[in-house]
Amino acid sequence: MALFRLVAIRLLTTGITLAGVAVIVFFVIRVVPGNPIAMMLPPGATEADIARLSALYGLDKPLVTQFGIWLVGVVLQGDFGTSITARQPVLELVLGRLPATLELSIMALVIAIFLGGMSALIGTRGRGRRTEGAIDVANGVALSVPDFLWGLVLMLLFGVLFPVFHISGRVTPSLDLPFVTDFYLFESLLRLRFDLWADLVAHMFMPALALAIPLAAIIGQLLKQSLKETMNLDYVTLARTKGYGETHVILHEALRNAVLPTLTLVGVQFTFLIGGTVIIERLFSYEGLGNMAIDAVINRDLPLIQGIVILFAVIFTAVNLIVDLLYAVLNPRLRHA
Amino acid sequence: MLDGRSMIRHRAGLRLWLPVLWLSALGLAAILAPWIAPHDPLAQDLFLGRLPPFWVAGTEPGYWLGTDSLGRDVLSRILHGARVALLVAVTAGTITCLIGATLGLLAGFLRGWVDIVISRLIDIWMAFPPVLFSILLIAVLGPGLTSIIIAIVVIDWTRFARVVRAEAMTQGAMDYVASARVAGRGRIGTMTREILPNVLPTVVVLLTLEMGIAVIVEAILSFVNLSISTDDPTWGGMIAEGRSAIHQSWWVLVFPLIALFLTVLAFSQLGEGLKDRFDPVLR
Repeated sequence: MALFRLVAIRLLTTGITLAGVAVIVFFVIRVVPGNPIAMMLPPGATEADIARLSALYGLDKPLVTQFGIWLVGVVLQGDFGTSITARQPVLELVLGRLPATLELSIMALVIAIFLGGMSALIGTRGRGRRTEGAIDVANGVALSVPDFLWGLVLMLLFGVLFPVFHISGRVTPSLDLPFVTDFYLFESLLRLRFDLWADLVAHMFMPALALAIPLAAIIGQLLKQSLKETMNLDYVTLARTKGYGETHVILHEALRNAVLPTLTLVGVQFTFLIGGTVIIERLFSYEGLGNMAIDAVINRDLPLIQGIVILFAVIFTAVNLIVDLLYAVLNPRLRHA
Repeated sequence: MLDGRSMIRHRAGLRLWLPVLWLSALGLAAILAPWIAPHDPLAQDLFLGRLPPFWVAGTEPGYWLGTDSLGRDVLSRILHGARVALLVAVTAGTITCLIGATLGLLAGFLRGWVDIVISRLIDIWMAFPPVLFSILLIAVLGPGLTSIIIAIVVIDWTRFARVVRAEAMTQGAMDYVASARVAGRGRIGTMTREILPNVLPTVVVLLTLEMGIAVIVEAILSFVNLSISTDDPTWGGMIAEGRSAIHQSWWVLVFPLIALFLTVLAFSQLGEGLKDRFDPVLR
């Protein structure tokens, strides 16, 4: 019952947040100086041409009316308008790019959990010794420097100095792609096309690692902290006296009780990681949503900017919602209440 | 053998002095840039394009860190870029700090409807992805240094407000605050004379961290070409240029990157070092 109430409350607050985001984005964007219509027309267009095109895009009506029309379109038809530069439906454009960004974010998350988990494991095993100190320092540096700079460092190291990975794009353009969906990485695995999969990974690895480094440090720090606390509990000592090795005790006894706080944190931090894809995609010329967002801003493509920001907000709130629900399911105190 | 506490103090000392050393050198270089830079940062000379740094063969004397594709001196541009970076760090950091800390202090000490309004605002703000939010704001405000500073203030005030609010609430519940009230201090007096001095260490730590964030935000925005005009030297602009010619002239990317990396690291390590220094448990 408690779980049900929690879910209902979270769904409600999520809805309110999203509505707030939609309102703010719509009105903030309309303050943009510079007439996007004037930019679409060739030089020498008359006032009448501008008026006609404005009417076509509905930009001649009062703001509140525009908002009403827009909101009805979004809610009833999933219509986010038409991109001014690409002249295609915003939803189509945005959904076409979303899989690339999702694959990148998920790959980054997997790398971060792996690196963070390993560093926590090694740090816990070597606690109070030099090993732990070294891991603390590494985590500190990893955390102080943002993903953008890690991306540049990685690019120089593994793209230029030792060119093992590609520094731009999502896939080698000359390759013949048999994909029907935009989830290239998943589909290449399903089709057992490991040559394409390897090419995709060679493009994605550095941007994903750059996004993962700060998150890995956060996971490493917090998980090590909780593991160290758990390792002092009686039941862990009992397992140790039974003769299990340190690594076995950490993985099979301590981890289960230490992982919950880290899980919550990973959820919150994962949204920051998704936000970070904007600049990382730009840096690595990766054809995802973030790169598209920056182009949209440079071109003042209002409907597109609006669609992307709202989609990002939906992803943000969805991730938060999933984390809260997972936490409720995993936390025994809430599960049995 | 050092015990745990003095080990932390030892490390905290280094954490304070190395960043202070780098940042003061950088500050000095930024102020003196017009006099110490070997060349005009904007002067182009296509005959001197893509000169490598001084230890590589084929260089020209006087261009220590090489030149970019237009023949502009990399070292001079880094020195002048430091002015923009530090200007944004100091102005944006200070304004964000003043606004955020004030709102946090009011919310945490006065409570009631003031707290409700400010806390709701913080919640809504947190639902926006920061990088996207800043790009959106720059689109609205138009490119330029002032826009960057405004964007940082508008986005990051919540960092101060959240922490200071919590801190002010904790301090407000303590006995010394009650005694001050009994001794006849008014609400405003209690807030500025009793609470403020006690939350100040936290504010200083946050301010240091915020300056590092401001430096990186400026670099990112000039990287995507939404900062000041492209001619003026900025580290982010140089990095963008170096990125596009990464295989021909790596030095155009590497040197501004090192400057940016060390500056961001210095601000955050200084912040962490100050946090340890102010922590009464560690002291």
